[in-house]
Amino acid sequence: MSEPKPPGQPQDPGPKEIGGISRRKLLASGVAAAPALALLHETVPHQGVHGALGGNQTSTAAAAEGAHGGGHTTASGASAHSDFSAGGTVDHAANGFDPTEILRDYDYGRTSRLADGRTLREYDLVAVDKEVEVAPGVFYPAWTYNGRIPGPTLRATEGDLLRIRFTNGSAHPHTVHFHGIHPSFMDGVPGVGENRGAGQIEAGESFVYEFGAEPFGLHHYHCHVTPLADHIAKGLYGTFIVDPKEPREKADELVMVMNGFDTNFDRTNEIYAVNTVGFHFLNEPVRVKRDELVRIYLVNILEFDLLNSFHIHANFFNYFPTGTSREPSELTDTVILGQGQRGICELRFPYAGKFMFHAHVSEFTELGWMGFFEVVE
Amino acid sequence: MEARTAGSRGRTLGRAPAWLLGLIPLALIVGVIGGFAILGGPGLGERTGPPVEDLAVETTELSPGEISLSIRNDGPDPVEIAQVAVNDAFSTFTASDGQTVGRLGSTTLDISYPWIDGEAYTIFLLTSTGGTVEHVIDVAAETPEADASFFALMALLGIYVGVIPVSLGMLWLPFVRRIGAGFMRALIAFTVGLLAFLAVDATLEGLEIAGAGSSAFGGVELVFLGAIVAFLALAGVDAYMRGRRARAKAAGAPGSQLALMVAIGIGLHNLGEGLAIGSAYASGALALGAFLVIGFAIHNTTEGLAIVGPMAKERPSLGRLLTLGLVAGAPAILGAWIGAAAFNPSLAALLFGFGVGAIVQVIVQLLPVMRDDDGRALHGQAVIGLLSGVALLYLTGLLVSA
Repeated sequence: MSEPKPPGQPQDPGPKEIGGISRRKLLASGVAAAPALALLHETVPHQGVHGALGGNQTSTAAAAEGAHGGGHTTASGASAHSDFSAGGTVDHAANGFDPTEILRDYDYGRTSRLADGRTLREYDLVAVDKEVEVAPGVFYPAWTYNGRIPGPTLRATEGDLLRIRFTNGSAHPHTVHFHGIHPSFMDGVPGVGENRGAGQIEAGESFVYEFGAEPFGLHHYHCHVTPLADHIAKGLYGTFIVDPKEPREKADELVMVMNGFDTNFDRTNEIYAVNTVGFHFLNEPVRVKRDELVRIYLVNILEFDLLNSFHIHANFFNYFPTGTSREPSELTDTVILGQGQRGICELRFPYAGKFMFHAHVSEFTELGWMGFFEVVE
Repeated sequence: MEARTAGSRGRTLGRAPAWLLGLIPLALIVGVIGGFAILGGPGLGERTGPPVEDLAVETTELSPGEISLSIRNDGPDPVEIAQVAVNDAFSTFTASDGQTVGRLGSTTLDISYPWIDGEAYTIFLLTSTGGTVEHVIDVAAETPEADASFFALMALLGIYVGVIPVSLGMLWLPFVRRIGAGFMRALIAFTVGLLAFLAVDATLEGLEIAGAGSSAFGGVELVFLGAIVAFLALAGVDAYMRGRRARAKAAGAPGSQLALMVAIGIGLHNLGEGLAIGSAYASGALALGAFLVIGFAIHNTTEGLAIVGPMAKERPSLGRLLTLGLVAGAPAILGAWIGAAAFNPSLAALLFGFGVGAIVQVIVQLLPVMRDDDGRALHGQAVIGLLSGVALLYLTGLLVSA
C-alpha cells in the first residue's frame, strides 16, 4: 500500500468562511481568547471561577461564538454517523470547540506592563470534566482545560512574565505542568511545593503559576497527577508557544496537536486525530493560500503509542525541532515524534489544490489521523 | 349462567366459581407488577454505573466489497453502534434497523470494506459510549448466494451424508435377523453405545455453538431446554402409540415402533448435523471435500444399523424401511438448508438440544430390550456391544475433521 486514501470521497465543504477567526484579527485586538470560555459559561456550573474569567476577553469570545454558530453545517442524525470517514462530523457546538478554529486560536493573555518595562501576561485555565464527541456518535468522558481539547494555546514572547491562574473545576485533583524553565514549586507536580499552595491542586482549589517565558520555542503543558498517562490522555493538555524576541517571519500559523482517545479504556487508542476530532480535516480541509508561508506548530501529545508522525503530500517543509533554533534541522516531508515531542514546520504550497497530510504511522490514518490542506489562490 | 352469577352476588367468597378464585390472584399480580413498573420501581432509585453494552454477532456474510454482520443486543440497555472499524480502519456502513439496538433487538450492519479472500479480519463496533465489541472473521470467503442451485447443492449434501448412509446401514437387516438372542442383545447394546456417543457429541457441539452466539435467548440453556422438550415430546408420542397398539392387539411387536423411535431420534440428530455442515459451508469454514463427505457417510452408516437392530424379529416392508431411512436421513437436508441460509446460533443450539433429547429418549426405550433373561442390563454382551458402538463412532468421527 503506497499512500492511504480516504475510504470514501470526502465532501467538498465549499467556499465557506471557517470560524471567522483570522490571525490578523486577533492580533489587531491585542488579546486572544478561547471561544470555548463563552460556552463554558453557559454549560458548566462554575460559580467559584467567575471572578477568574472575563475581563477584556468577553467581546472577542462573543464574536468568535457568533462566527462559530453561523459558519458550520453541523451534521446530525444517523445518516451522517454512518459515513464517518467520508463526510460525517461531530456536533462542534455541543463540544464547545472546533478543530478548525483551534488551528488559529491563540491566547496571548491579558497583557500589562510591569514597572521594569517587562510584559506581564495573565491567563486563566479551568479544569472541567466534560463529555466530548470525539468521532460522530462516540462520546468520551473527557477532562479538559477550559472545556476544550486541546486546551487554549497560550502564547507569549521570550522574557515575558506569565501568571497562569489555574482553577480546578473538575471532580478530581489536577495540576498544570508547563514545559519550560521555571522554579521547582511552579512545576505543577504533586508533592512539590504543597507548602506554598502549589503541587497537587484539589477539586475546587486554585493556584497561580508564575514564571518567565523561556526558552523561546514550541512547548506544551499538561496535568501531572498520577496515573499520569490517564490524566494526559483524558484531555488535560495544551500548546504553549514562546515567540523569540525577534519575531519569526510573518506566516499563516497553525496549531496541530496530534492526539488520540482510548474510548474503551484498554490502554490502546481507538481514535487518532489532529485537534481531537478524527477525520475532521478530511471533511473540512485546512485552507491556506498559495505561496504564503505556512507555519505549523506541531505537538505530539498521544498516549499509549510510542510514536506518532506527520507527513505532508507533494511538498517539503523546514523542520525546527522544539522550535528552539532559528535554523531548521532538516528539509523533509515526514517527521517522527515521540510522546511529548514537538516541532515547527515551515513551508509554502506552490500549487493550488488539495494536499493530504497524515501520520505515516499508517495504521493511525484510517483510525482518524488524516486530513487535507486546500490551497487556494 | 348469568342468573347464577347474579344470584351468587353477595354470598361468601367460598361460593364463588373456581375460575374466579384462580383469576383474582392473577389479576392482583398483574396489577401490582404493572403498578410497580409504571411507577418505575418506587424506592429503588437508578441503577448505578454506566449502561451495560452487550452485543453479539449472530451471522457474518461476505460479498465483494461488503461485510454484513447481524447484531443482537444481549444486554439490558439499548446500545448505539456509532462507528465500525475493520482491521483498524473506520469504514462506512449502513444499519438495516438503525444504529440503536434495543434490548433483544437486532440490526444488520452492511460495512463497505474491500476484504480479500483468505485473509483474517477483526471488526470493532464502537458504541456511543466509546466501548468496543470485537468480532473476528478467521478466514474471509464469499458467502454463497442462496439461490436454487445452492439449495440443490445443500440437498445433495444432505442426501450424501444423511439419506444414503443411513439407508445403506439398514441393509444389515437380513444379517440381524439371523443372529441369536445373545448376539442380538449385544447388537442393541452396540446401538445404545452409538447413540450415547452421538448424544455427548451433539451436546458438546450445541454448547459450543450456543456459547459463541447471542445469549439473549438463553444461550447454552437452549441446548438443555431443547433436549428436555424433545425427550418429553417423544416420550409422549411413544406413550400415545403404545396406548393405541394396546387397544388394537394385546400382544404386538414393539420392534417396529422402537425402530421408528430410533429413526426419529437419529433424524433429529442429523438435523443438527446438517445444520452444522450447512452453516460451516456457508461461512467458508468448511471445504466440501470428498473426504469429508466420505467421513460423514461412514459415520452415519452405523446409524442405519441402529435403526434395524430392534426390528430383527420382524419382516418390515420395503416401503416401511425406506420411510424409516428417510425419517432418519432426510432431516440432514433440511438442516443443511437452514444452516446455510438462515443460520442463527440460538436456533442451532435449540435444534442440537432436540437431537440430544431425542437420542436420550431412544436410549431409554432400548434399555429394556438389552436386558438378558435374568433382567440384567449390563451383562457381558451388552458391555462389549456398548464399547464397540462408542469405539466405532469415535473412530469414524476421526474421519470428520470439521
